[in-house]
Amino acid sequence: MYQYDQYDHLIVRERIAQYRDQVRRRLADELTEAEFVPLRLQNGLYMQRHAYMLRIAVPYGLLASKQMRMFAHIARKYDRGYGHFTTRQNIQFNWVELEQTPDILTDLASVEMHAIQTSGNCIRNTTSDPYAGVAADEIIDPRPYAEVLRQWSTFHPEFIALPRKFKVAINGAVEDRAAIAIHDIGLTVVRNEAGEIGFKFMAGGGMGRTPIIGSVIRDFLPWQHLLTYTEAVMRVYNQHGRRDNKYKARIKILLKALGVEEFTRQVEAEWVDLKDGPETLTIEEMQRVIDYFQPPAYKQLDDSDVVAAQAGNKAFANWVNRNVKPHKQPGYAAVVLSLKKTGVPPGDATAEQMDFMADLADRYSFGELRVTHEQNVVLADVEQSQLFALWQEAKAHGLATPNIGLLTDMICCPGGDFCSLANAKSLPIAAAISERFDNLDFQHDIGEIELNISGCINACGHHHVGSIGVLGVDKDGSEWYQVSIGGAQGNNAAIGKIIGPSFSALQMPEVIDRLLKVYLRERFEDESFADCAQRLGVAPFKEFVYATPIAEKGGRLVGEDEYV
Amino acid sequence: MNMSKNLIIKGREVVEDDWQVLRLAEPVDGAPVHDPATVSVPAGKFIVPLSLWLVQREVLSARTAAGEIAVWIASDERPETLKDLLDQFPLIAVDFPKFTDGRGYSIAYNLRTRLGWTGELRAVGDVLRDQLFSMQRVGFDAYSVRSDRDVHDALKGLSDFSETYQASVDQKVPLFRRHARPLPAEVNNDGAGI
Repeated sequence: MYQYDQYDHLIVRERIAQYRDQVRRRLADELTEAEFVPLRLQNGLYMQRHAYMLRIAVPYGLLASKQMRMFAHIARKYDRGYGHFTTRQNIQFNWVELEQTPDILTDLASVEMHAIQTSGNCIRNTTSDPYAGVAADEIIDPRPYAEVLRQWSTFHPEFIALPRKFKVAINGAVEDRAAIAIHDIGLTVVRNEAGEIGFKFMAGGGMGRTPIIGSVIRDFLPWQHLLTYTEAVMRVYNQHGRRDNKYKARIKILLKALGVEEFTRQVEAEWVDLKDGPETLTIEEMQRVIDYFQPPAYKQLDDSDVVAAQAGNKAFANWVNRNVKPHKQPGYAAVVLSLKKTGVPPGDATAEQMDFMADLADRYSFGELRVTHEQNVVLADVEQSQLFALWQEAKAHGLATPNIGLLTDMICCPGGDFCSLANAKSLPIAAAISERFDNLDFQHDIGEIELNISGCINACGHHHVGSIGVLGVDKDGSEWYQVSIGGAQGNNAAIGKIIGPSFSALQMPEVIDRLLKVYLRERFEDESFADCAQRLGVAPFKEFVYATPIAEKGGRLVGEDEYV
Repeated sequence: MNMSKNLIIKGREVVEDDWQVLRLAEPVDGAPVHDPATVSVPAGKFIVPLSLWLVQREVLSARTAAGEIAVWIASDERPETLKDLLDQFPLIAVDFPKFTDGRGYSIAYNLRTRLGWTGELRAVGDVLRDQLFSMQRVGFDAYSVRSDRDVHDALKGLSDFSETYQASVDQKVPLFRRHARPLPAEVNNDGAGI
């Protein structure tokens, strides 16, 4: 993985000094809160409902074990013993003190980490495929390009006060596992007819209150021009993006207002002066960064039937079936550690679990881990012969729930329990659904399904692209939940359609149950929920869900502060 | 008329300055309070709105030629408007109506790189210490720090970083072209093609 050199260290060190002084000036009232807000946000520090929340950058989701151990340390020393992995492949801590944040940054810097641009109206952490480097369908490893973008965007002087936040995702494989279509810029690595590497360049995707699938603005951009072309897009957006209304300030609104052709024309016109300029990437620079991402020292092994080797152990087989992913190197596999155990907020991990995951990485996976945008953690390079031992250990630490891709592997934002933006709680909904459908045999029967829950229109829980999407809304001061179906991420990204009037929290498990019943009744063999919903449309689901009143089973849900 | 000297940052020093910024009242209900065509510019050295100068260029021509009129560009205006007019002005200012409005950075970049402005480029408006480093990078060389703030304190903001990754106006060559950045010894350097 990438390692800091003297320049990276210097910039991060100077950033800490700058930020430490900003905090000092705020505490001394030399800065007003209004002036401090954009400064702290550009360092990932939010004021949440109860306390400050610090979001730490995990560039493209890749972590060394010592970095994971540092999270455990931060959880213990500065927080309440746990952290939350996010859909942006980052981690956030929910209970930090403003005065201590400079010290947290100092601790992070000791393991080559920071919180730069994890929030605020600037270019955020570039996200990517958690299986980068190991996926069999990979065209080229996207991480070196993500790292080049990270460096270029870090403290870019022209783009520190954009109309709104700006998110870039990059995919290097045939299958899109980086959800590029719902990002401000979405890049896919492609080869042209001459075999040269370049990018299909999308822009203007996003969720929030106006969900839009991104548009392709260039079919093939040679890799050398990655930075200059991105700069052209950013300059057009910085100058022409709306600033009068924060809900209309994302690049997707500009692109839609101008139309793809006109937007592209403006970008290309801007690019004329930048093309072949100093920011044009050189072979030497690209090769230098690629060299950081060389494959680890794999052994020469053959693939083996790991389930048969354990005499078909059913529990192990279930886990292998769901949580173990194919690997391009024979004899190896990628393992997903599930952070979706029933009763635990999706994406949360305790300090003890973080230390344990770091330990597993050191012993089984060359000391590296990846954070997925579904809020799980991947060990990407595990020898197949070690899977059984790894499973037993992970199970003992609550990290081997065999539910990856299933109903309880849901994406869920922190919602109204933590977030000051939220209109409704999301974690209790996730918990109630997890409890109701805890039965793994039933979940396996339903098969792959993405349940995504957001506590507000900002869509941190990616509800628009869920097979089933749940959105918390506020109606006359009480919390309600709007349900959509048929959304999808990946190569066939789609925005889900709302099935009808919203529901109370207590009705939600039954609503999910009814949606699943329609699916189980109507599906073709091997047809996923998402495909089935897209084929049938909303009507049959709507008809069944609303046919009879839904009782509010299960006692109190809304209003319980069980995660606080 | 208050003609006392202001303190501004010029280059990397705090200096006295006798320019004043002329601002028109904000429109009320969309209707301008002052018509840029009829507002009269008081005597003295004034940085006037670009829109005002454009409609009064004949009226102001003698004073402009005498070097006592400059213009400021609003964040929603295009610096390209000044193409072929640049040599008229002793300085050009860019307004930051709010420190969170980042359009002024792109305006400055364009003035320096596209339009070739080499004279003084001054940031005016909501200009604060923590924005100065970036302002300097996109080509500003003078800063009229918001009047309720200590200009000497703000000066420190110009020195927040000693190294930067990307190119801009102050540094035309990105880090990767300026310095050899060898891999740490422990990184496997067998190399694989692009």
